[in-house]
Amino acid sequence: MSYFAFLSEHGPTMLLGTITTIKVLVCSTILYVIISLIFGLMRLSKNPLIQGTATVYIEFFRGTSLLVQLFWFYYVLPFFGLTLEAFTAGVVAIGMNFGAYGAEIVRGGILAVPKGQWEGAFALNFTPAKRMRKIIIPQIFPIILPPAANLTVELLKATALVALVTVVDLTFEAKQINSITWLSAQCFGTALLIYYIISRFFLVPFLRWLEVLAARKVGKEVK
Amino acid sequence: MNAEWRWDFAIEILPQMLWATLNTILAAGIGYAIAAVVGLLFLLGQRTPIKIVNMINREIVEFIRSTPLLIQLFFVYFVLPQFGITLSAWVCGMITIGLHFGTYLSEVYRGALEGVPKTQWEACRALNFSTFYTYRKIVLPQAFPIAIPGMGNYLVGIFKDTPLLSTIGVAELFHAATAVGGYHYRYLEPYTIVGLIFLTLSIPAAMWIRKIEKNVNLAQGKIKKEQL
Repeated sequence: MSYFAFLSEHGPTMLLGTITTIKVLVCSTILYVIISLIFGLMRLSKNPLIQGTATVYIEFFRGTSLLVQLFWFYYVLPFFGLTLEAFTAGVVAIGMNFGAYGAEIVRGGILAVPKGQWEGAFALNFTPAKRMRKIIIPQIFPIILPPAANLTVELLKATALVALVTVVDLTFEAKQINSITWLSAQCFGTALLIYYIISRFFLVPFLRWLEVLAARKVGKEVK
Repeated sequence: MNAEWRWDFAIEILPQMLWATLNTILAAGIGYAIAAVVGLLFLLGQRTPIKIVNMINREIVEFIRSTPLLIQLFFVYFVLPQFGITLSAWVCGMITIGLHFGTYLSEVYRGALEGVPKTQWEACRALNFSTFYTYRKIVLPQAFPIAIPGMGNYLVGIFKDTPLLSTIGVAELFHAATAVGGYHYRYLEPYTIVGLIFLTLSIPAAMWIRKIEKNVNLAQGKIKKEQL
């Protein structure tokens, strides 16, 4: 069977899987960005309880494997009476895992804002909340976006894991087609190519565009 | 199904899990060793003065880095037999992890080499040292400390990615947990124990790496004692 015959027969199925992969990607990216901002700020709190909570959360999610967390969310939570749909479990596990990594990036970004900005806001008698919201946060984006972009590409790769908790995404479809046709090179080769295309021609240029946008907002120019 | 944590069951399966942990550590160790060497090969490809080699090298690295490890595992495991190469799950897993993380480690090496100030190279040139001597005596001793934190991070990274090997049937920790869970139809204890084992191994490792990083920075004079 030629490769084109393979594509015309199984291509549509793989495209459907790709759409699910992109859905997982978008949902978990949104979740991880929110979690990173919240926990990144909590990590810098002076209140030991808030800071401690954030530290425990971050160390816990960074210390265990994403696959273990995913299985825990999907197979163990039902024991506690909380049954998540496979898709939800996947998004929540990925979002929470990458949120822990992202929180560290946010923390680093906030600490990297020049000291003069903090002092300036202080001198103008801004409240701490206003100082954060109006002065510090807008300036962290050019600092955190390059590492966050790397993390987001990692997240795209991590979405493949949701196939193992029965989310019908690209990886799941590739595995399925492989088990029917045994054309492994074509199935997995195509899946690899699709992930590569998403990453190289869509995700990375988009993140790069965000970086340029954020840098321009604070008056820096990106090479 | 009830949510009660059963200690007797947890204790019953614990020896089995600990035994499987050894396999996980072994897999991570071998995978890391391969990755370290593969990383050097990619670094070599990147630093050869032949443009076409650089380009191909970069594309390969880019491709491996932006595709999921899981599918790469499947690819190696299912496709190689079609070409008459039948390898055990262990060997496939190790090769794939080595290749995947080799691309990351090559970036770490590259960063470390570029972290050595240019003036060091110029001084060696001025002293008429050979390239080999320059690397061995001047550049590598300075580049190595810079590479340590990155290399350590990927060691922990590989360790945390070993559960993926269970998907092609390598009998490591996660595989054991799934098997035990399926056998008794109780997933609460096995998966929780796996999580705890991962935590108890990777948090001290991460702390240890952070300490080394600090010491390296201290030794290089990047931070002062009082800043700690």
